[in-house]
Amino acid sequence: MNAQTRTWFPYVSPFDPCPPIRVKTYVVPPNLFITFQRPDLPQYSPAEALRAGTLWPSLYGPYNPQQDYTGREGSHGI
Amino acid sequence: MWIYEKKLQYPVRVSKCDVKMAKYLIEQYGGADGELSAALRYMNQRYTIPNKVIGLLTDIATEEFAHLEMIATMVYKLTKDATVEELEEAGLGGHYANHDRALFYHNAEGVPWTAAYIAAKGDPIADLYEDIAAEEKARATYQWLIDMTDDVDLQDSLKFLREREIVHSLRFREAVEILKEDQGRKTIF
Repeated sequence: MNAQTRTWFPYVSPFDPCPPIRVKTYVVPPNLFITFQRPDLPQYSPAEALRAGTLWPSLYGPYNPQQDYTGREGSHGI
Repeated sequence: MWIYEKKLQYPVRVSKCDVKMAKYLIEQYGGADGELSAALRYMNQRYTIPNKVIGLLTDIATEEFAHLEMIATMVYKLTKDATVEELEEAGLGGHYANHDRALFYHNAEGVPWTAAYIAAKGDPIADLYEDIAAEEKARATYQWLIDMTDDVDLQDSLKFLREREIVHSLRFREAVEILKEDQGRKTIF
């Protein structure tokens, strides 16, 4: 988990038909925490910026699959 | 008018022959929260939005068309060499019956694109809040698409597109701040 992920714990019933997923996560991207971008923020190099999709590290919100493709639980995002 | 550059905004490489993924990617092509919806929504709202943020909507609308091209490229690469049998197995039998291997503006379930997906209320705050919501919905759609493939090259392009939604959302939030500031300003002579 990190600063761009939040977790919650859904109710699990003893009568649920399938094995429970006890922890659910969602993303809170960096734009939520910036009202108006300051003009003097550090910047990536052009090559890094293309790869990241943004010129500014403080706007970068990486994402990785919540579980691996085969269905095994993995690290959520980021 | 536009000047067309004959290249993609970000490289698209698809390394896994996974025809089914084409069916899911089409959600971002002709789905409610897809790139076509985004581009047309902003390109239309721009006419009646206050001067200070017209350019922002035009710029973002233009970039959404560049994203549309990237999605189209992904879908095309995944379907161009597929046999009819493979298309059927991927759930694209209905698509083939109607369109052969042509792309079409519909969502992952085959529902055709409709202008009902987008809005133009004319109220600048209402329109910008809709735009912010649209960006967050598109960001989420990209997350689920990234979850659905293990092709790291395809994921790479999708991650770029997802990051752009984050940046656009912030820009629309800033547009709201600009319009708020304008309203509160007192001119003293």
